[in-house]
Amino acid sequence: MAEQIIFYVLAVIITVFSILAVTSKQIIRSATYLLFVLLGTAGLYLLLGFSYLFAVQIAVYAGGIMVIFIFAILLTNRPGENVKSELPIRRLVALVTSVAGLAFCGHIIYWNVKKVIQLPLMEELTPQKLGHIMMGTDKYQYLLPFEMISILLLACIVGAIMVARRR
Amino acid sequence: MSELFSNFFSGSIPMEAYLGISLIMFFAGVYGFLTRKSLLMILISIELMLNAADINFVTFNRYLYPERLEGFYFTLFTIAIAACETAVAIAIIINIYRNLNSVEVGNLDQMKE
Repeated sequence: MAEQIIFYVLAVIITVFSILAVTSKQIIRSATYLLFVLLGTAGLYLLLGFSYLFAVQIAVYAGGIMVIFIFAILLTNRPGENVKSELPIRRLVALVTSVAGLAFCGHIIYWNVKKVIQLPLMEELTPQKLGHIMMGTDKYQYLLPFEMISILLLACIVGAIMVARRR
Repeated sequence: MSELFSNFFSGSIPMEAYLGISLIMFFAGVYGFLTRKSLLMILISIELMLNAADINFVTFNRYLYPERLEGFYFTLFTIAIAACETAVAIAIIINIYRNLNSVEVGNLDQMKE
């Protein structure tokens, strides 16, 4: 029963704040609402039993990315200035598009996805096992993507410095 | 529908509930992407959409294939790629602000002059 209550609270938080994040007038508020959505997502990971993913989500998203966001907002935005939106007709079209997509995918999820009610048992994911899978070269092990991510991160650091530095 | 609600209150949480949350998050992102003019707001919407995809990966992994960890690792790598993407995008946005003094999409066609 406690799980259901936690799930409801997280669901309400995520729904309300993700809608507020895309409709709020001030961009800094929008970023704050995004932070709450990311924290709610971290809670969902914990509820599903992936505590490592919970830690990564909080450290990378809620820590790193949000700091970059707020930094960029304060650099490029004058305080108290409202964000401009598109014309009302375009907003209406966007609203119709997203509600239609929501209805379509909701219909598919409700009628066509296999109904799974019980959360199946999963053996606990120890850091040791996680590291072995990350560093192995067998089937279902992920050394190559891991190295690709490191090269991507390096390229991204160099690229970001090159683009943003003052000439 | 009543079956779904009774499951909500008695048994454990069904898979569709997680998928529904990520669905709402994704289409909120789509709406923000289409309606906002500031580049930073568009980036925030993209983050929402990426996050919704992550929830889907993890949910399918946990409910349908609990003995495997593919969805888990996909989500881990997606979070890393999202961090890279945000850093580069914000570097570009700051550079645009330095050149044009605004981060609105409508002004971006001045870049070619």
